[in-house]
Formats: sequence, C-alpha cells, structure tokens
Amino acid sequence: MDFEIPRVPLGEGIEKSIEFLDTNFSFITKAMSTGIEAFIDVMVAGMTMFHPMVFIILVTAFSWWLTRKRSVVLISFIGLSLILNLGLWYPTMDTLALVLIATFISMLLGLPIGIFAALNEKAYKVIMPILDFMQTMPAFVYLIPAIPFFGLGKVAAIFSTVIFSVPPAIRLTCLGIRQVPSDLVEAADAFGSNPRQKLFKLQLPMATPTIMAGINQTVMLALSMVVIAAMIGAKGLGGEVWKAIQRLQSGKGFEAGIGIVIIAMVLDRILQQLGKQKHME
Amino acid sequence: MSKIVIENLYKIFGPHPKKAIKLLEEGTSKDDLLNKHGHAVGVGGVSFDVQQGEILVVMGLSGSGKSTLVRCINRLIEPSAGKITIDGININKLTEKELRDVRQSKFGMVFQHFALFPHRTIAENAEYGLEIKGVDPEERRKTALQVLEQVGLQGHENSYPAQLSGGMQQRVGLARALSLDPDILLMDEAFSALDPLIRSDMQDELLDLQERVQKTIVFISHDLDEALKLGDRIVLMKDGKIVQIGTPEDILMNPATRYVEKFVEDVNLSKVLTAEHVMNKVKTTAHMRNDGPRGALRKMKNNNFSKLFITRRNNELVGMITAEKTSEALNRGDKDLTQIIEKDIKTVTTDTPASEIFDIIHNLPYPLAVVDEQNKLKGVIIRGTLLAALAEGGN
Repeated sequence: MDFEIPRVPLGEGIEKSIEFLDTNFSFITKAMSTGIEAFIDVMVAGMTMFHPMVFIILVTAFSWWLTRKRSVVLISFIGLSLILNLGLWYPTMDTLALVLIATFISMLLGLPIGIFAALNEKAYKVIMPILDFMQTMPAFVYLIPAIPFFGLGKVAAIFSTVIFSVPPAIRLTCLGIRQVPSDLVEAADAFGSNPRQKLFKLQLPMATPTIMAGINQTVMLALSMVVIAAMIGAKGLGGEVWKAIQRLQSGKGFEAGIGIVIIAMVLDRILQQLGKQKHME
Repeated sequence: MSKIVIENLYKIFGPHPKKAIKLLEEGTSKDDLLNKHGHAVGVGGVSFDVQQGEILVVMGLSGSGKSTLVRCINRLIEPSAGKITIDGININKLTEKELRDVRQSKFGMVFQHFALFPHRTIAENAEYGLEIKGVDPEERRKTALQVLEQVGLQGHENSYPAQLSGGMQQRVGLARALSLDPDILLMDEAFSALDPLIRSDMQDELLDLQERVQKTIVFISHDLDEALKLGDRIVLMKDGKIVQIGTPEDILMNPATRYVEKFVEDVNLSKVLTAEHVMNKVKTTAHMRNDGPRGALRKMKNNNFSKLFITRRNNELVGMITAEKTSEALNRGDKDLTQIIEKDIKTVTTDTPASEIFDIIHNLPYPLAVVDEQNKLKGVIIRGTLLAALAEGGN
C-alpha cells in the first residue's frame, strides 16, 4: 500500500510567523532601526572626532591606570598604532562601536534575566534550554529574519550579534548567583534580610567576578560575529575581511583579521582586570 | 521563665510530610519510613523549653536532627508540624515580613563554618544585622566596634575574613550575632570547626560573656565534653527524637537509656578519675590555735568565702566554721574558735572515684573537703569545678 508520511511543515510555519510579525510589527522595528543607526553614527563620529593618536593614548593611559601591567600597556599602544598604520582605523572604530553597543544591550538583557533564572527554579528550567538553542543554532541563520525587521546594515547586525552573545551573560550571571555558598545565604536569611537586601548585599557582590567573566565572553562572541555581520552590510573590520574573501586577497584579509585580534586582546585584558576583586582570594 | 517553648515539633523531608507523621505516630520506624515510604525524618516529635538566661545544649551525633531542630526555631527550615513559641509569639504563624522582623530583633545565629561574608570587612560583617535593620551608618559602626572589642577583635575591623585565623573568624561570627543585641543566640556547632585548644578558649570566653550579657543560648554540639562544660541543661537527641533532657549531672549519673549510657561511657571519665584529679587547692584555712574569730572573719572576707575549714598546725582537718557563727562568736567576745566548729562534716579521701563524689556533693551546702589517710586536708571540690574537670578530661 502506498502510504506516505506527510512532511512536517516546520520551515513553512516559521516563515509564516515571521512574515506575520514582519507585516504587522516591522514598522516598530524599522523605526527603532533608524534611531539606533543614528545613535551609532553619532557614537562613531564621537570616537573619530579627535586624531586617532589621542584615542590611542587615552586607551593606553586607561589600561595603565587600571592594570598597572606593562604588558597590557604595550599591547594597547603597539596594537592600536599598528591598526592606525595599516589604514584600518575607521573600520576598527565601526567594529568597536558595534561590539560595545551589542555588549551593552546583551548586559541590559542578560543581567536581569540571569538574576531571575538564578532565583526562580521554574524560570531556570525554561530559560536554560532556550539558551542552548540560541547558542547552537548557526549564527548565520539569525541574519535572515534580521533583514526584514531591521533592514540591511548595522542594526540587523547588532540584533543577530546580541542573540548570539547574550547567552553567556545570562548563564554566568545565573551561575555566579547560584554558586554563592548556601551557608552564606542562610546567614543572610538568619539576620532577617529581605530578598532585595540579600541580592544586593550578598549575591551580586559575590557573583561579580563570574558576571565579569560572562561580560568578557559576551564581548568575545560579539567580536566573533563581526565578520558574519559584515555579510548583511555591517562594514567595519568584518567588512574588510569579507571584501578580502571575495577578492581572494589573503594579505588584506589577515590585516583586518589581526585588527580584530588586537581589539579582542585589549578588551579582554581590560575586562579581566575589572572582574578581579582584590580581597576575595 | 520559659523563653522558647517547643511542642511536638516535626520536620519530615519528602512529598507528604503529614502522612509520614501519622505513620511515625503509629510506630513506624525511621528506617522503614525512609525505605518503604520515601520520607526522611529530620526531627520526629520533639518537645522541650528553654529558660530565660540559660545555656541549653542540644547534643547528638550527626544525623540526629539537631541542626535541623535549631533551624526550625528561627524557621530557616520550615517545620512540618508542631508549635514553637518565643516570648509568647507563635513563630509558625508569622508572615514573611513579620518573621524577618523577629529574626532581626530576637535572634542572633552563629554557624559552624562561620559563614562570614568574604567581600565585607570585619566591621562590615559585624554590622550586617544592623545594616539590614536600617540603623544609620555612623551608629551601626559604633555598635559594631564595641561588639568587636567585646570579643577581643579590636584593631582588626578593616581586615577581611580571609586574613584572620579560624578562631578569630568565629569571634567575628559571634560579634555579628551579638551586634543586634538579640535575646536568643542560636549556635550551630559554633566551635566544632576550631582546633581543640582554641575551642576550649572559646568555650571559656563564651561562659565569660554569658556572665555579662545573660542571653538565652541554644547551643548545638556533637561533643559531650563541650555539652557538659557549657550546658546548664542538655538535650540529648538520637534519630530525630529526644533521648534525655537534664542537667549535666543527670546525664552522667542517671542515663535514661542504654544509648545514653553508652554515649556517656565513651567519654565519661568519672569512673577513672578520683577526688585527687578533680579537687582544687585550698586557698586558705583557719588555724585551730592561731586564729580567733576576728582573724577567721578577715580571711573569709578577703577570699569572699562564707565558710572556712579549720585545720591544726599539721594541716589535719578539724571541722568548719560559718561566717554567721563566727561573727556571733566575735560579738560574744570568744577568744578562740572551739565553740563554733562544726565537726561533723562530709569528707572524702583522695582516692574516692569522681562518680561517687557526684552523689555526695549533690545538695551539699558547703564545699567538699578532700583528705588523706591521716585526715590531712588536701583539697576541696565544688560542684562547678567537678563538672569542668570532667569536661576537660581531668587534666
């Protein structure tokens, strides 16, 4: 007998619902997109207002003030100078702005969600599988629906970057709070702390190093998205790499790639220092 | 006056505590309940009270439910059934908010592993309760520093817990509990994590402190020596139930069950120790020949005694005089003490076992004299020193 199992219309379903959202709500996201785009432009303009050397010296001074480590200062100064020398300064600022904004949005979403998941067992059970899904889904896939909602360009890139990079922020915030030793939580309870006092006086301060590690992860993931984001017109260093791929210019590709590595190293060292707490060892 | 009254308290871990309690009351054993019904008994029907100003030691081996019990008192663990009353307030009925207020005003808690906040300085730790209560920063710091001084930690207020030794950390724990000036101190194996010498010091200091502050203390311990030394009364627990409640002497002398007997046996030195081990030196006596009523009275006054042993030159015990009789004799104009000596007093020889001394010293209105074969005064035993000596293993 000829019996055929009908194909599950998974893709069709998703497409339908995205289409529905698109036709009904995309005017909101488009408006947001215009706003954010304007903000990014202002930010990049601000960052490139002075001579690049001013920026380089500021970053170097800041890293010295924060870390007091010669290695970090050298990486900052030599690395950024090299970027300038290679003529990649403006794409680098584009990328930096994109990464910082994506990280900022990720933290804005990730911290409260992480806290909520840590304190609420049911929320934890719902949120964790969603995070697994978000992280294992190939990042390219997020680009496709991003375009109808936000149009080609930086905002769509930030959107997919946030989806890709928010999970560690949530996860590590949650972990940081959950791993506060239970006897300390008990002590806080025994002295009559309410949930808010417990959170702000004990759990968040104790979780800070872990949360900072989460931010660090978020930044690194955001950076790893820049090349992918370049495919929908995000420009920046990723755009340079993307151009090099299309023209098969390995030299140019490596130059832009090294630029990304330098940004990653500088951000990483600075964030690691922020995450350290002096007296906890 | 009863400060804390606990009536028929149960804590059952498992999906249907009410059903499990019924089974327990019908006589199901703890093991059966766990294996056949999937419920673990934390506390299985416990009733006792704690008097205002006493140190009550809840003692038992691990798994006996003592830590669960103490957490039920301030509802860190929610009891499954039973009633806890503190100063007439039914703790079980309080809302979350009321419970927090009661915790802030009545309870101080000290934990086995200190549970200090590592990101806060010693002073910030000590003032935590006050901060939660909303006391203004200047005032709470002042109180915290006072309490830290009380526990001997002045000068460390800006250190972090990790920079202090275990003993000092637990002092901070104690300071944190005391800073709220609570009526009740709950001490959960507070000294168990400390090494023996420091533990003994801390016990002494707690007793010292208790003299001054007169709190109601519920002290959890697995150590009989500690219980004997600290407890005004001891609650002995096994498998979530109370086996015996009583004074240290009660527990040592009249063990209620075979279990208590065995428990006490392991650590009980009263059978091996003799009067010689537990007696104190005699500070002063009146001499039969040399001292008249005036001299005897002065000796009593200087030492804060109300009674004095009388000896001959060669230290042979003659008897005892009381301050009352001596001053009467002085008023009468007696020249010596012969008229007022009570000769019929209880004595023990140096080789009397400590276990027998308990019976003799019980209700004895004066200190017990220890003599050798020639009736020479060797030492003196009072109830407190006897217990202390046993608690310390007769060293």
